[in-house]
Amino acid sequence: MDFSSLDPVAMMVLLIGAATPIMLAALGELVVEKSGVLNLGVEGMMIIGAVCGFIVAVNTDSPMLGLLGAAVGGAVVSMLFAFLTQYLLSNQVATGLALTLFGLGLAALMGSSYNGIRPPRMARLDIGGLSDLPVVGKLFFSHDPVIYGSVALVFAVWFFLNRTRAGLVLRACGENHDAAHSLGYNVQLIRFGAIMFGGACAGLGGAYVSLVRVPQWTEGMTAGVGWIALAIVVFAAWKPWRVILGAYMFGGLTILQLSLQALGIHISGAYLSMTPYIVTIVVLVIMSADRKKASLNAPACLGKSFHASH
Amino acid sequence: MLRLEQRQQPSKIMLYITPVLAVVATMLVGAALFMVMGIDPLKAIYLLFIDPFVDSYNLSQLFVKASPLILIAMGLSIGFRAGVWNIGAEGQFIMGAIAGGAVGLALWDTQGWWLLPLMAAAAALGGALWAMIPALLKIKFNANEILVSLMLVYVAENIIAAMAQGPLRDPDGYGRPVSKNLERHDATTLPDVFPSLGIDAGGVVMLLLLAAAFFLLQKHAMGYQIKLTGESPRAARFAGVKPGVIIAVCLGISGAAAGMAGLFELTGAAGTLSADFGVGYGFTAIIVAFLGRLNPVGILLAGVVLAGTYIGGENAQFALKLPAAAVTVFQGMMLFFLLGFEILINYRVRRAT
Repeated sequence: MDFSSLDPVAMMVLLIGAATPIMLAALGELVVEKSGVLNLGVEGMMIIGAVCGFIVAVNTDSPMLGLLGAAVGGAVVSMLFAFLTQYLLSNQVATGLALTLFGLGLAALMGSSYNGIRPPRMARLDIGGLSDLPVVGKLFFSHDPVIYGSVALVFAVWFFLNRTRAGLVLRACGENHDAAHSLGYNVQLIRFGAIMFGGACAGLGGAYVSLVRVPQWTEGMTAGVGWIALAIVVFAAWKPWRVILGAYMFGGLTILQLSLQALGIHISGAYLSMTPYIVTIVVLVIMSADRKKASLNAPACLGKSFHASH
Repeated sequence: MLRLEQRQQPSKIMLYITPVLAVVATMLVGAALFMVMGIDPLKAIYLLFIDPFVDSYNLSQLFVKASPLILIAMGLSIGFRAGVWNIGAEGQFIMGAIAGGAVGLALWDTQGWWLLPLMAAAAALGGALWAMIPALLKIKFNANEILVSLMLVYVAENIIAAMAQGPLRDPDGYGRPVSKNLERHDATTLPDVFPSLGIDAGGVVMLLLLAAAFFLLQKHAMGYQIKLTGESPRAARFAGVKPGVIIAVCLGISGAAAGMAGLFELTGAAGTLSADFGVGYGFTAIIVAFLGRLNPVGILLAGVVLAGTYIGGENAQFALKLPAAAVTVFQGMMLFFLLGFEILINYRVRRAT
């Protein structure tokens, strides 16, 4: 076996690329869950983002407009979920599943004439001479803007949730929606906004897959990343900083698994391909095993519908 | 402005009308969608919703598609009633097909009426054991069964790919990653019972199990405990219902049903095990379960409607160049409408004063 093809720096760069879509989607879902809503439609919103971003980028020849289109697309489909769960009080689990099934179908329909096209390349953000530094330059200073943006977004979400009044109100809706309502806050509207933010983030994550990682459009290309993002939120114990940790860990696992496949070791590729999903299960088990701790971390009103007449 | 007013009691009429409303709304919005796509809306709606039930060839395919959907949905509905969310039926479907198919392949060239029942038992066991993973992790470690069961779908898809490349590959298949075709032997092929409706032996078993589910939910103490757990977990605990038992029973039943559906698909329609054996019945069955109001009779009707959209969708692909994905969009839309209309069961729409 030849391990010399495993260049650690190149692998780190790949890892960051693999982690970014998970991170974006998980971060959006974290805000949604902090407001007390469980949206299981992440996978659906991601794939809609992937196809919208792809279509816009190909037609405008601008990856940046593509990202914008993806965020808008993700937010628009999430409004379906938001309207149904917040104003028609539908079951959040069932509606989230519906969003995923609908999103996968709609994306396939929208993208059917875009198979096999290459999207415009996203330029790397070169920072002066820093990008040319050995190792450090490649690791920290030669990524595309989305990667820097996603890390900045983690900081922004942390700041919003923990250091602003609006963030406090959003968390109040998630911990005790009746109390937030009696204080005069519009719980449904706040949750609606949070869901749209989650949709936009998932859309961006999806577009990162179709525009940068792959880069191509194929049906069902998000392949469960949206569901892994949901598990990352549990892993992160609803703390933004730990989303980075979780996402990068999974990115690492994906890349390691792909590198082993490329090395051609004597394990069927299919067995290696299932490892990220198995590790997700293991992580969920470890994080949930301590019931007391798990219930302290989760927002108290997570998944419960709110109607003012109660 | 309109406002919602809670009803004193859930409306029985709305409970039964809303699924019909959802199908009608899907047809209307679908027609609009077709117009935008430049497809004749009347013709498309006819092909998707009417033609599958009038054309004799289509009718002979109806239960080929409806049986697995109904069987899986029946199992899922029992869990959904208890608030146990098994959404990994697709994985249990695949694992059941592998387990049952492996038995059939191991006993290749064996004749005997007992072979199919043995394969079905192995498939039910395979599906149930696969579903026991989320059940045990939920009971022992409180791990979310939605995410675990779903992750196991991706694992199962990789397992069947590995099986079709390795141990279960047809040695005379020129290296193609496909198993031997079980339908080459009568002993491993489901016999037809009512060919004009596409009901084979698997369809008959499905109908019997549906009746059993009806009995379980209406007459059996376990069914009562399942429903009680779903409606009021606290009350159920006070009544001495063990949540762990309910979780294991619900996931076990739905896993066994999905596994058996996998075998019926293998020995009735597909014939071979390969990486693309799973066609998404496990996910569509979720829609069937909800559209059927988690009720055995409703599920039978809903399964037939959704099977119709599959058959109609295939025909529309040829006749109208409708993309295959359009059917999935329709199915998702139906579930959205259904969930939206459900508000009418517990609430009345009033004009705000």
